[in-house]
Amino acid sequence: MQLVNWISSAVFLSFVAGIPCVGAFKKIKVFDVFVEGAQEGFNVVLRIVPFLVGMVVAIGMLRASGAFELLAQGLGPVLNAMGVPPDLLPLMLARPFSGAASNAVLVDIIRAQGGDSMIAHMAATMIGSTETTLYVVAVYFGAVGIRRTRHAIACGLIADAVGMFVSIFICRFLIAG
Amino acid sequence: MLSVLWAGMMLVSVICAVMTGHVDALVTSITASAKAAFEMALGLGGVMAFWLGLMNIAEEAGFIRGLARVIQPCLRRLFPEVPPDHPAMGAMLLNIAANMLGLSNAATPFGLKAMESLNRLNTQPGVATNAMCMFATINTSSVQLIPATGIAFLATGGAQHPYDIVVTTLLATIISSIVGLSAVFWLQGSKWFKLEPTASGTSEQGS
Repeated sequence: MQLVNWISSAVFLSFVAGIPCVGAFKKIKVFDVFVEGAQEGFNVVLRIVPFLVGMVVAIGMLRASGAFELLAQGLGPVLNAMGVPPDLLPLMLARPFSGAASNAVLVDIIRAQGGDSMIAHMAATMIGSTETTLYVVAVYFGAVGIRRTRHAIACGLIADAVGMFVSIFICRFLIAG
Repeated sequence: MLSVLWAGMMLVSVICAVMTGHVDALVTSITASAKAAFEMALGLGGVMAFWLGLMNIAEEAGFIRGLARVIQPCLRRLFPEVPPDHPAMGAMLLNIAANMLGLSNAATPFGLKAMESLNRLNTQPGVATNAMCMFATINTSSVQLIPATGIAFLATGGAQHPYDIVVTTLLATIISSIVGLSAVFWLQGSKWFKLEPTASGTSEQGS
């Protein structure tokens, strides 16, 4: 939809142009600081390459072997009733556990469906609106020696599930497929 | 855990491919996937380098602190047990602001510091407080202003308007956060997760 595109571009541009301008106004050497940060961004990517290759190969194998189709056939009626495209199921299952695996599933979906497809937009929206809940809870509570995490996991998973379903419906309304 | 899952995925693929007659497709998929994964990562490299460079300026220019000041009034209401001037509040504000800007590297140290300070308010060692669960849920429901990773992957995959997911992600994450935080208020006093009052007289401040 035109409006979504317009708002998205406006938000994005206000970040891209606004941050360096504010920085320059505060007398920061913005380009030097930018380069320093960009170097870090490059390191982040180098660090995730091995994880991504390992996971994308395994997920690509599952897709090529026909396992996803079997899964989609088996669960198709249930997923359809909930309005969930079967292609998104692997992402929904992987997301709470592992960032590497869910990024790899996103790559696999974009490869299989194309970057302009509705499914790819739904998947990318899901990645942005949810977190690796179990990992975050393990790191944060583990760091201070909390064993009984009470409702933390349940609430995180509820937020993830809601984020996933809302992603599907919002994309269906707002993104032209 | 991940290792077992990974090996299992490969085993299942081989068994499935043999059963459904997709062995040839499976064999060719392996090198194709490995190549595609690297190409995607390369594409990601450009966008992520640009974005983290920009965010480095934002950090230097004090955007984290500015955003922290904006969200401060909301946060006080979510953490009734934490005194407004307690160090935990400051660390949580900076963590949440950094996460909203997508600066997860900057956010994690603030987050760990916040948990440490919250644990100092804890009267039952080893058991999570209401405030800790609230803080963890805010982190896992992930309000992100610009979903840089998703944009980068879509752009690398040939999307014409990858920035469209800015609006969809923002809406999805706001709704999921509202539901997640409501779930915290609802579950913290429920019979499954309620804190048992201790001898020292810890009071439950559930809603």
